[in-house]
Amino acid sequence: MQTGLEDQLGLYQKRIPIVTRSVTGRFRRFKTTVLALAYAIYFLLPWLPWSRLDAPAQAVLFDLPGRRFLIFGLTVYPQDVIWLALLLFIAAILLFFVTGLVGRAFCGYFCFQTLWTDFFIWIEHKIQGERPARVRLYRQPWDREKIFKIGGTHALWGVVSFWTGLTFVAYFTYAPQLVVDFFTGQAASAAYITTSILTLSTYAAAGLMREQICTYVCPYGRFQSVMYEPETLAVHYDDRRGEAAHGRAAARAGQRTLSERHEKGLGDCVDCGLCVQVCPAGIDIRDGLQYKCISCGLCIDACNTIMDSFNFPRGLIRYDSEQNLASPAPAPPKLHWKRLKIIGYGVALVLMSAYLVYSIASRGSFDRAITQIRQPLYVVLSNGDIRNRYQIRITNKAAQAQTYVISAQGIPADALDVGHFREITIKSGHSGLVQASVRLPPTVAARTPGFDLVLTPKGKPEDARKERVRFDHPGKRP
Amino acid sequence: MSEQKLQSQTVQTTGHAWDGDLQEYNNPLPVWWVYTFYATVVFALVYWTIYPSWPLGKGWIGGVSEITYVNSEGETKTHSWNTRALLMADMNKAALAQKPYFDKIEAMSYEQIARDPEMNGFILSAGKVLFADNCAACHQAGGQGVIGFFPNLTDDDWLYGGSFEKVHETLMDGRRGYMPAFNEVLNGQQIDQLAHYVASRAGIGHDAGKAAAGDVLFRSETAACFYCHTSEATGRQDMGAPNLTDNVWLWADVPGAETGEGKVAAIRSVIAGGLNKGVMPAWAGRLTPEQIKVLTVYVHELGGGQ
Repeated sequence: MQTGLEDQLGLYQKRIPIVTRSVTGRFRRFKTTVLALAYAIYFLLPWLPWSRLDAPAQAVLFDLPGRRFLIFGLTVYPQDVIWLALLLFIAAILLFFVTGLVGRAFCGYFCFQTLWTDFFIWIEHKIQGERPARVRLYRQPWDREKIFKIGGTHALWGVVSFWTGLTFVAYFTYAPQLVVDFFTGQAASAAYITTSILTLSTYAAAGLMREQICTYVCPYGRFQSVMYEPETLAVHYDDRRGEAAHGRAAARAGQRTLSERHEKGLGDCVDCGLCVQVCPAGIDIRDGLQYKCISCGLCIDACNTIMDSFNFPRGLIRYDSEQNLASPAPAPPKLHWKRLKIIGYGVALVLMSAYLVYSIASRGSFDRAITQIRQPLYVVLSNGDIRNRYQIRITNKAAQAQTYVISAQGIPADALDVGHFREITIKSGHSGLVQASVRLPPTVAARTPGFDLVLTPKGKPEDARKERVRFDHPGKRP
Repeated sequence: MSEQKLQSQTVQTTGHAWDGDLQEYNNPLPVWWVYTFYATVVFALVYWTIYPSWPLGKGWIGGVSEITYVNSEGETKTHSWNTRALLMADMNKAALAQKPYFDKIEAMSYEQIARDPEMNGFILSAGKVLFADNCAACHQAGGQGVIGFFPNLTDDDWLYGGSFEKVHETLMDGRRGYMPAFNEVLNGQQIDQLAHYVASRAGIGHDAGKAAAGDVLFRSETAACFYCHTSEATGRQDMGAPNLTDNVWLWADVPGAETGEGKVAAIRSVIAGGLNKGVMPAWAGRLTPEQIKVLTVYVHELGGGQ
């Protein structure tokens, strides 16, 4: 029966603070490794030097004023935006692929919200102690110890948040100079604004909001849920083994060994609650698969520790599929990749990655944009010849100045007129604009629907690029 | 809804009772909403301090933020923040960025500009904007003109000469094209003969007999066409008299006429009515010398120059 209580739930639910217990095990080790690796890359990469002739010696530099991204030996210009599109596509497909196979692995191990929260909890743990000490501290009045410990934790969170923000900015400008400028008040206002926003948001998201980000804010967690299939591996509690006929029960005298418990119809779960205490999302995995679960695997580690101490077999909580758990005789969990969806995503992933690698490896040393001038489409000259004009823009993407030769194929040699720029020299990273005109007698024009403009970097005929352009004349219908 | 609330007993009243039993529910705003409201109040206070906000008599409270820019005379101007000053700052910043290019153009010869790839690129970009702002109203965006009104600048026919110097002269001083109306001195038959003669010289369909008569008339003192168009009908650039023997038409819409008779009729109407509308204004004084120089090169390149 409806009581009306449903309507009483406000838009904001009061947060019950989650105080997690630390745990050791396979998944904790994996998470720590990923965290260390990700932090090493994020925080150190802007400081990696890289010798360059015409830009700061920084290995990864997103040079916005120069309209280019410098990534090690590669310079990416706005014209390469297709790479960004490919990268985003690959990232999306990778997420779908992994989620279909092993659930929300991204959330549990790689998401920056998870990583930063994990690190902030680690700080909390180092200063305030293990879970019981933290709970005690939380309840005690504001004395010197509490002020010192809680204040110290927040101060350290603030420092980490600030360095997170400053590091982000360091990707966009020469890092050593930025740090000096930042503290002497010389940095650009954008640097201060960005650093402040990121400091605040990191502090709020990883320190204060934590699992609320995943539960209420993040759309990925929600739409990943719909990608689960019965075959998907996810963190599951083996309900049949844990509850048996008469449910879980503490390991008191007389129900301490497996045989005693099975005789009494008790499940293997000793109801120690450790899986709940270690959960950063504050859920009980024994209630089944739920949307708040970020599948970080810490409850698996916790449960295995307990099972080991009782000499029970491991895996009461484990990565398994819904399908396998529901079957009368569950087999050992394994990856079910032989599914149309998974194979489809896999193929798309391989194709797109291959195309991205090919596209980066085979990109020319220059970019060109050739447009026919359409106002007017053609001009009738005094002797009756037809003239069409074209605008050629060449962007030199090579590291040094380059001369380009402009020629045409499919029209008489003397028909192309590029003024004084049959050869044009363009500085590295710059663009050159050339106006070309092509003049054909009416009879030739009538049988010339189009021709090829050829741009050849001088001395590198293998890099030549051809582009087909139209030729219009009075009789031609568009 | 209200009954459900009563049932659940979670909504409290304000504690007052009127008329014995009239009570009021106490439904406070959600906390997040209240804080958001306070945040907007703080935002407003900060905004009033920084930006112009309150009217004050004939003026307004300017706010502490300022806009400083260097104008074209080199003076440093400071205003309290407003969108007009913001636009001025942007415009002056752009002008300052263009200045080195205009300075270079001032110092370079036409020939040097046309050979310098960087300057050529600048001419194509800056010239396009100048042309669109000042010239395109008549000559159209691409310089293709309008037959019967404004000359096509993209062809190779230059009424007053296509050298850099001549194009510059045209831009600086303007031009005025004029041809008398011949229906005042010639009869219809003579005009028809002249039209067929012009058609014959331009290589379009005509009556040979009429054309032969027109040929004589063209060089006679009666019509006196040859004074301006020369006895060869090839025109004179010093007078802006067009070449009548080529395929380029400005006044008579010959390319637009479907039939041969229509083409001759188009020529006939120009001879009969004359012209007094070929006016190009002078741009000296309206544009800076550097802007005119940029336009000179741009227009020269439109049609390939001479």
